[in-house]
Amino acid sequence: MSAGQLKAAITPARLLDETGRLVRGASKPDAEALAEGYRKLVFARRLNEQCGALVRQGRLAVYPSSRGQEACQVACASVLSDGDWLFPTYRDTAAIAARGVDPVEVLTLLRGDWHCGYDPNEHKVAPQATPLATQLLHAVGVGHAARLKGEDTVVMALCGDGATSEGDFHEACNFAAVFKAPVVFFVQNNKYAISVPLARQSVAPSLAAKAIGYGMPGFRVDGNDLPALEKVLGEAVARARAGEGPTLVEADTYRIESHTNADDASRYRADDEVADWLPRDPLLRVKAYLTAVGALDDEREREITAAAEEMAAAVRAGVGAETSADPEEIFAHLYSTPTPQLAEQRAALRAELDLEEA
Amino acid sequence: MSAEKMTMAQAINAALRDAIAQDDSVVVFGEDVAQLGGVFRVTDGLHRDFGESRVFDTPLAESGIVGMAVGMAMNGMRPVVEMQFDAFAYPAFEQIVSHVAKLGNRTRGKVRLPIVIRIPYAGGIGGVEHHCDSSEAYYAHTPGLTVVAPATNADAYGLLRAAIAGSDPVVFLEPKKHYFAREEVDVSVAVPPIGRAVVRRPGKDATLIAYGPSVPVALAAAEQAATEGRDLGVVDLRSIVPFDDETVCAEVRKTGRAVVVAEAPGFASVASEIAARVGERCFHHLEAPVRRVTGFDVPYPPPKLEHHFLPGVDRILDAVDTLQWEDAA
Ligand SMILES: Cc1ncc(C[n+]2csc(CCOP(=O)(O)OP(=O)(O)O)c2C)c(N)n1
Ligand SMILES: [Mg+2]
Repeated sequence: MSAGQLKAAITPARLLDETGRLVRGASKPDAEALAEGYRKLVFARRLNEQCGALVRQGRLAVYPSSRGQEACQVACASVLSDGDWLFPTYRDTAAIAARGVDPVEVLTLLRGDWHCGYDPNEHKVAPQATPLATQLLHAVGVGHAARLKGEDTVVMALCGDGATSEGDFHEACNFAAVFKAPVVFFVQNNKYAISVPLARQSVAPSLAAKAIGYGMPGFRVDGNDLPALEKVLGEAVARARAGEGPTLVEADTYRIESHTNADDASRYRADDEVADWLPRDPLLRVKAYLTAVGALDDEREREITAAAEEMAAAVRAGVGAETSADPEEIFAHLYSTPTPQLAEQRAALRAELDLEEA
Repeated sequence: MSAEKMTMAQAINAALRDAIAQDDSVVVFGEDVAQLGGVFRVTDGLHRDFGESRVFDTPLAESGIVGMAVGMAMNGMRPVVEMQFDAFAYPAFEQIVSHVAKLGNRTRGKVRLPIVIRIPYAGGIGGVEHHCDSSEAYYAHTPGLTVVAPATNADAYGLLRAAIAGSDPVVFLEPKKHYFAREEVDVSVAVPPIGRAVVRRPGKDATLIAYGPSVPVALAAAEQAATEGRDLGVVDLRSIVPFDDETVCAEVRKTGRAVVVAEAPGFASVASEIAARVGERCFHHLEAPVRRVTGFDVPYPPPKLEHHFLPGVDRILDAVDTLQWEDAA
């Protein structure tokens, strides 16, 4: 391990500063691609706001917002090819939408209709994982299987800072490194695990620095800097695709809202701290940069806003529609052929429902 | 001290507070238990009042929490740890089954583990997947664990005090749908010993056997049956292990009919064990086979479907109706 490798794992990489200026020595991002990224950021933000409204209206059971983390949400999806896989958590609704899944399908879980509303195989997006860090091992398995089958699939595995304390995080990193699995571990370090601050999770120099112990490259990146994220994650994906094994990428970001709507962050963190992060908003700096280089004018901004409003309206309509939840479905999918006991229980519930309807 | 209205969360908080205050070896730790006071506010104010050495947040790792509790108990402390939700205790399963439950036996009693593992459990709160499991069978099936499930706020206080004061490991299952319901609690009454069931309602015609979140459902069913001219008794187990055969069987022998009520899926469940025990012990007194009213054998359903899963008054009364009353007259 070189001093350079250690530095890359500790000092966050950056392309755009908070005011949207290119940092010294950085190569210019492609303005048209970045404008497309900006559109996705606006969509992700709008989705977070819409879901916040829906949960306040009682239309969603719960919503863990990724407000402030939209650059991470967009970047982890945009660096993947169609055949690649994404392994998201409960907080990554916007990332799954950025991958192209209809947000209404994604929200099936949080709406309380079913545990997963999209077809993982169709979109190559695993169900949103709630048991922390458990999905990381599945990601390694998908990646290793792809290699055994001779496919060049890459797997993007997401988790939070808190989840890095779980044993499964360690096991996944180690397995991936040992098997040279084509996995990018992407940790959105938003500084909190519900109320517990990062300092209680780890006293390592950084979370990315843990990669060194597993024998894989680790990179820390400004998690509110879309082009920097796309560069670092894109390079990690390219390494994985080329057979060079896994990478651990840590995004230095911040959870602007409470853990979920059910949480009250004022019990454990000062408003000042949140206020400090607001100017580092991932949308502001991209907008400033694009405006300065002439790639974003009022008309384009209006067009993006209008499209985002259209998406939000579709989400409102979809989530507001009559529930699709079917009581008998609770028996339907457990076994490829239902056991006799399940068939019996299903019939019993059917009889109850018929009585109610009669 | 006289009775006070408090929620189950407050009753458990009071038990922790009193235990910490009275015994220097009691320590409380887990995820979000200190600064936040727990996601259900059960540990609210304890960190503020007793400080970091007695009440502390850990890194996010359940196996770590329980494993460290084992070591601390080996070194003279009484750890009371919190698993944030039922299904999030599973990473600690290895520590619980292989060590918490077995270390006393392994060492011929030389090492005792006075650990309490508090688990907010069961459903009825509209929680998404992994937040509503009834996991008692895993623990009850593991020899060496005491498994407690209070149904009232007063029992939550008393049984937790007993659990902390005892010398064996206890899995303490807190029905989370009760957390915010207010009831009278008198913290000055004697702590009930763990292992004694209680007759919540005497009955002449049939006996409902329940624990934890199913007790109020059973009581509601008995209430309803009374208006229809049937006198149902309700036994609240309080602890699943040890199991109070004596109290349960005494009631069933009086009525000759029994229905077990529990939220967990019924196959290979605690309810099955109860039905088997009652069948073996009360066979000659029974007018009908013991019935079980449980959750279906499916994973806990999403919020919009949970009411179809949970055993309710109607299902209990339907089961009671099948207890061969036609022979009774
Ligand atoms: C195994 C497990 N333990 C506990 C929980 C409860 N829980 C849900 S989210 C969370 C905090 C996770 O923090 P982090 O990994 O930083 O992700 P973030 O929520 O900040 O995105 C906790 C403790 C869980 N889901 N799974
Ligand atoms: Mg976090």
